[in-house]
Amino acid sequence: MTAATYLRPGLPIPVAENDGLDAPYWEGTRRGELMVQRCKACGNWQWGPEWICHKCLSFDMGWQKVEGRGCIYSWERPWHPVHPALKDQGPYIVVLVELPQAAGIRMLGNLVGDPRQAVRIGAEVEAVFEPHNDAKPPFTLVHWKIIGAS
Amino acid sequence: MTERTLRGEVAIVGIGETTYYKHGKSPDPEFMLALKAILAACADAGIDPRKIDGFASYSNDRNDPSRLAAALGLPELRFSNMQWGGGGGGGAGAVANAAAAVAAGLADCIVVFRALAQGQFQRFGAAPPGGTASGEAALNAPYGVMSPAQRYAMRAMRFIHENGIEPGAQRAIALASYHHAQRNPRAVMNGKPLTAEVYDASRWIVEPWRLFDCCMENDGAAALIVVPAEQARDFAKKPAYLLAAAQGSEYRNGARCHNAPLYATSSFTTVAPHLYAMARLQPADVDVVQSYENFTGGVLMSLVEHGFFTAEEANNFLVPENLLAPGGKLPLNTSGGNLAECYMHGLELQVEAVRQIRSESTTQVPDAQVSMVISGPMVTPVSSLILGSGETL
Ligand SMILES: [Zn+2]
Repeated sequence: MTAATYLRPGLPIPVAENDGLDAPYWEGTRRGELMVQRCKACGNWQWGPEWICHKCLSFDMGWQKVEGRGCIYSWERPWHPVHPALKDQGPYIVVLVELPQAAGIRMLGNLVGDPRQAVRIGAEVEAVFEPHNDAKPPFTLVHWKIIGAS
Repeated sequence: MTERTLRGEVAIVGIGETTYYKHGKSPDPEFMLALKAILAACADAGIDPRKIDGFASYSNDRNDPSRLAAALGLPELRFSNMQWGGGGGGGAGAVANAAAAVAAGLADCIVVFRALAQGQFQRFGAAPPGGTASGEAALNAPYGVMSPAQRYAMRAMRFIHENGIEPGAQRAIALASYHHAQRNPRAVMNGKPLTAEVYDASRWIVEPWRLFDCCMENDGAAALIVVPAEQARDFAKKPAYLLAAAQGSEYRNGARCHNAPLYATSSFTTVAPHLYAMARLQPADVDVVQSYENFTGGVLMSLVEHGFFTAEEANNFLVPENLLAPGGKLPLNTSGGNLAECYMHGLELQVEAVRQIRSESTTQVPDAQVSMVISGPMVTPVSSLILGSGETL
């Protein structure tokens, strides 16, 4: 059986870029791990991925697992469906989450739970992995949940 | 050492537009719309279209200059230019590129144009069906972030949070555009006034934006003609001189997946100081502003970043009476703009800025000498420009 997903099925399936830049991230999500870039030369955290470190211009970018905890930096609640798959979705929440343990890089995902809940910028959240094992190709999304919420 | 500047080097001497249509309602193909706007600008300037020797546009306009030059039978093509970047951020940038080319002697008579018949192509506000997403899209689309409104609401929400912006501030921007459109017979929303009550009751598109915070989608075309300043008085209409132009964005504004270090920005914090420096003007010198409304929150941030008021003053300043021509402190979007005249991707704002210098607007600001256009907030690159009458040179 397949667990319910936050958004209805039928949205575009995320795949790694042809040049492989973000492949370690997407492979990590399949293992339930949050992988982001960290420069091997200067230790700079970097997200989204790029081929070069914006701090020291080294091409030697590594990948490091980060803990899936952060706080809400911004948010929005779409109501108007722009994709056929979301026609009967109703409102949903998208959050931008800042990861203090990785120098404040930000990640975007949905906020699980009541789509009409009040959202507070600064609220602490933890990552929730949402596998789509039946998709072709399979992929995993990374959502966020208010810490302490059921 | 001579100062490198565009101040006073070129002028806009012709403006032209097609009829503005609701989305998908143009009876003409997009390329024909482009041609009609260009010919209208030539007629306005009183020139033979065969004097055109260059084209500039933005946002991946589909109407290729070489095809235009062939279609119009131009003796030669000397300049063809596309400003990088999507959205309306390139509107003033395209004028600036044309201006720089004219000032440097690359061409003598450049048309800046934009033509849109979205019904004949993919709509901006709609997502492409199915399939896969990669790169930046892979980090957004599977979470339901696909349209420009969905992409930029996240930025505006952070700005609203940091600065305590109240709903009335965004509402005032929408009301001003609709108010001005009621005087403008070209406006798609002419005859359809908007009240605060109707705004407040309108549906959310994406919080913090309601229906009336978001631009329309339209069909049509607009064009303007840039020539050297020393020839500007040889044309039929009063010239609008370029006093300054600037484009770009801040440090790492384009960092992927919403990671711009300065996130709560409309991208003008570094651009606007260059603009004023070239113009040798201050915000208080500006008589009238056209500010690209993709979404009202972006206009709010643009006006802050161009120094018309601070973020802390926004709630008090952004009331309709301050934004209305002729008497407001800062007459804004005097033709109705993207919200209520036509979403001509902001080129209609350039045309209106010229009209204000000519005293030809349907909501004219008395004795307007300095006329600003702000293009494409929140995207990167953005651009803005200042036009002036001959008296400002
Ligand atoms: Zn580095």
